[in-house]
Amino acid sequence: MTQTRVYLDAGGRAPLHPAAREAFLVALDSGWADPRRLHSEGRRARHLLDGARAEIAAGLGCRVEELHLTPGHTASLHSAVLSMAAGRRRAGNLVVTSAVERAAVLAAARQVDPDGRPVPVDAEARVDLDAWAEAVARPGVALAALQHANGEVGTRQPTVAALEACRAAGVPLLVDAGASVGHVDVGDAWDVLAADPADWGSPAGVGALAVRSRVRIRPVGPEDEDPWAPGGVSVPHAVAAAAALRAVLTDRADAADRRRGLVADLRRAISAIRDVDVLGDPGDRLPHVLTFSCLYVDGESLVDALDRRGFAVGSGSACTSSALEPSHVLAAMGALTHGNVRVALARETTREDVERFAEAVGPAVGSVRAILGAGEL
Amino acid sequence: MIVDARGLRCPLPIIRLAAAARDLAPGEQVEVLWTDVAARHDIPAWARMRGHAVLKTQPLDEGWSTTVQIGTSAV
Repeated sequence: MTQTRVYLDAGGRAPLHPAAREAFLVALDSGWADPRRLHSEGRRARHLLDGARAEIAAGLGCRVEELHLTPGHTASLHSAVLSMAAGRRRAGNLVVTSAVERAAVLAAARQVDPDGRPVPVDAEARVDLDAWAEAVARPGVALAALQHANGEVGTRQPTVAALEACRAAGVPLLVDAGASVGHVDVGDAWDVLAADPADWGSPAGVGALAVRSRVRIRPVGPEDEDPWAPGGVSVPHAVAAAAALRAVLTDRADAADRRRGLVADLRRAISAIRDVDVLGDPGDRLPHVLTFSCLYVDGESLVDALDRRGFAVGSGSACTSSALEPSHVLAAMGALTHGNVRVALARETTREDVERFAEAVGPAVGSVRAILGAGEL
Repeated sequence: MIVDARGLRCPLPIIRLAAAARDLAPGEQVEVLWTDVAARHDIPAWARMRGHAVLKTQPLDEGWSTTVQIGTSAV
């Protein structure tokens, strides 16, 4: 029973990329000093940090001056929403979001605009573009936020059309590309772009935020030399993020095609299981994410049952998160919130891993249904 | 028919509801009482997957009540 573990929960925390690990260790030795100091040790750290910033900016398609490093993706999203709102205070305090944005975006938006109602999505989690255009065109909108793709169910959002509507209304658009960068081309349909190094195989501890110079933005919080990462960003984390980004962008298309094929096969296998709903757009989606909900099964027991069979997966069901509420994404889609399983393939995931997983799901679901007395329903 | 699933955590309210629905004929109604917040989303999702119709949901002194009509093409 000593089969190898299969890690299928790579969304937002991918296994460490070898390039990230190597760069991180080198930077621990040579870049440990405070990059704000003027001595040789400090300058060496500064040099590493500047190189990392240049590399990340190039990877995201922005100028170095437009790139801000933060303590992490959640901090990026909080800062982006609050600073964009502060920069547009005279325009108003309304914040337009979709109902399936990351919790960090929705929480920051509520702080600015407590009465705001997110724009609804369809059954595949894609934002309603007409409602979006109507929402951003209202007077008093400070900013809009739309993810590039939904990390929970994989569906891509129409960011190009959403940006057009924002442009017409003179509203800046924040695009959360945390689940996309490193996997698909995110293009340039954004005013502010948030990317998550931990999602592309760097150690968690740094975030990347690109702010077009045309965007009026005012950082919030007490005065600090670096308002985006008060006290300064971790140099080894920045260096690792840059090295991993360079590495994943080199063969991004191949890695995406390979995983897209595996996900398509997995989708077919899972769809054949009785009373299982596979979620999200079947075509226009992230290449490595697959999510499904199983009727008459609780998410916690299913995650446990799969874990015992050697598979690590995520879940948006209520009992598997720290909150008592189920995933707001599943709820907004009108999807079944219990028995939810989210699979995010790592770059290392093999065809054999996916085939073994596909064979394990049916029996795992069946075992939980039997325990709950729902085997015959 | 009434299924009192108050105090039960998901997916148990849906399992109790499905067990009751199995014995009903198309067009008949079942009312489920619930407190777990996931049921708000999961009762309509279950009804959609099974071909039933959610007629109404209303608050009670304790929890909520949702009325479901069994579909003619129900599986």
